[in-house]
Amino acid sequence: MTLDIILQAAIGGLLMGLIYALVAAGLSLIFGLMDVVNFAHGELMMIAMYAAFVLWQVSGLDPLLLLPIVVVLMFGLGMGVYRGLIARALSVRFNRGMVQIFVTFGLAIFIRGAAQFCFGGEFRSITTGVVANRTAEIAGVFLPLPQVAASLVCLAAFAGLLLISRTEFGHALEATREDRDAVALIGIDRDRIFALGWGLGAAAVGIAGVMLATFYYVSPNVGANFAITAYVTVALGGFGSLGGALVAGLLIGEVEALTALVLEPSLKQVGMFVIYLAVVLFRPRGLFGTL
Amino acid sequence: MDNSILRRRRTELVGGATVLLALAVLPLPIGDVYTQNLIIITILFAGLAQAWNILGGYCGQISLGHALYFGFGAYVSTLLFVRLGIPPAFGMLAGGAVGGAGALLVGWPCFRLSGHYYAIATVVVGEIGWLLFLNWDYVGGATGVYVPFKGDSWVALQFRTAKLPYHYLVLGFAAATWIAAFLIEGSRWGFAWRAVKDDFVAARSLGVRIFPSKMAAAAISGFFTGMGGAIYAQYVGYIDPDSVMAGALSILIPLPAVLGGVGTLWGPLIGAAVLIPVSELSRSYLGGSGRGVDLMIYGALIMVVALVRPQGLVSLFGRRRGGADARAA
Repeated sequence: MTLDIILQAAIGGLLMGLIYALVAAGLSLIFGLMDVVNFAHGELMMIAMYAAFVLWQVSGLDPLLLLPIVVVLMFGLGMGVYRGLIARALSVRFNRGMVQIFVTFGLAIFIRGAAQFCFGGEFRSITTGVVANRTAEIAGVFLPLPQVAASLVCLAAFAGLLLISRTEFGHALEATREDRDAVALIGIDRDRIFALGWGLGAAAVGIAGVMLATFYYVSPNVGANFAITAYVTVALGGFGSLGGALVAGLLIGEVEALTALVLEPSLKQVGMFVIYLAVVLFRPRGLFGTL
Repeated sequence: MDNSILRRRRTELVGGATVLLALAVLPLPIGDVYTQNLIIITILFAGLAQAWNILGGYCGQISLGHALYFGFGAYVSTLLFVRLGIPPAFGMLAGGAVGGAGALLVGWPCFRLSGHYYAIATVVVGEIGWLLFLNWDYVGGATGVYVPFKGDSWVALQFRTAKLPYHYLVLGFAAATWIAAFLIEGSRWGFAWRAVKDDFVAARSLGVRIFPSKMAAAAISGFFTGMGGAIYAQYVGYIDPDSVMAGALSILIPLPAVLGGVGTLWGPLIGAAVLIPVSELSRSYLGGSGRGVDLMIYGALIMVVALVRPQGLVSLFGRRRGGADARAA
């Protein structure tokens, strides 16, 4: 195994890790805000991928240009999911924890069925665009441009999320997270904050989905694998911590890429699972978790 | 225990015996194989959901990795049979023991985690098991293991065409899980476990030992789940990691308990009786087209039941049964 191959794998892991981080950030945001683990998170990503695919097929435009449209759609979808389902799940009087797990799980199955209904089970992919199928070579290391573009966009989106957390809205989010009852006394509409939080979470995973669709196939089951990675990333970084999601995403991207190199590609997830278990053994709330 | 509790428990016991009797005669007039199979799968899942309920419902530890123990049971009994010739009637117990041991092994590190961290850790452990079995040639890897047919026998739990023996096998299994839950509900353990679920700080202050309570619940839950896996393997005659260890199964096992009513005696059975026929029938009649309508119906059903009846379908049957546990939760 030469240094070249290791470097190549490490860079691949870095690019993938940034995408994982953004997927996890959306999940973490929602969890931090209202203690809800969204088991349909991977399916939200799948919707964004299909949305990008359909818009691309209809318009023929570059997927990068379609990104803003999909993000707006996803934001609305996230708010809709909150208003239609999650608000109800949060207001039940019994078994709240289990109800929210299984409501979002039911939603995941429903979305998967709907995708199957609309698009069939075939794998589809976006084949044109500025970066499609192009590779750059720097010092002997190959950089697939779609992945580079995706990781840059994800990094920018992450910066955007951090900026939002500095705004007044961000402070309102933080305050609602700290004490969801007290905020009502100072004129913050908790329900609205939760809905916007879901919008943001869905938009974040939507960005990751569109960028992923530029180099990854789309199918009704594509969300499931990414979702497991996202849960591990969030739990590793600590629920509710954006910085934790970034660090954990990068760590998991690297661990996955290097495991695939050392063991077999079919075992690539074992490495990150083991790292995750090892970390939570010593830090039960993840690396940066406070919740 | 005051009289009203004793009276309630006597009613439960009579109810249990009645349901058992009804389920014992249910298949006798039914001739077609499809319906027989549907009933067997439903009862099997009622038992599995009850097994999960012992840990998830009574002790409040939401495990989303029970496919691992199910798979352990299925593989242990099958491999003992295929490699060593040990009949599945014994292999079933060995499978249960390994399932219980597996649950202890997973619980030992994971019970330190609380809430969603615990749930996700169990998902991860289940996924590791699935990946390792997929890549482990000794246990058949991704191609799986066929159970060789050696003639109708209760020792080997094999019946080429008859469904009735399997019906009584799964009924016995489900009844065993029900009796276990019934005994737990009335025992000191059961009270301690429910205290752990509701408020572990308060429970600890009253002298309940939290960790041993969780471990005991996990061992019993894992044992029955492993046994269910062994029975399933003999019934289907073929196992591979995707059919007995996949993550989806870890959701299918608790689902009847959650929708029927967690931490209740009857919830798992009621949940299975609604959920499994709906999912199987919609798959048979609508799933063939490959258009996903069956999945949409199934997903919508889960959402609607969870939202409309958060305390479970069991609450539809009189306030008394659901009420006692609803107050506790």
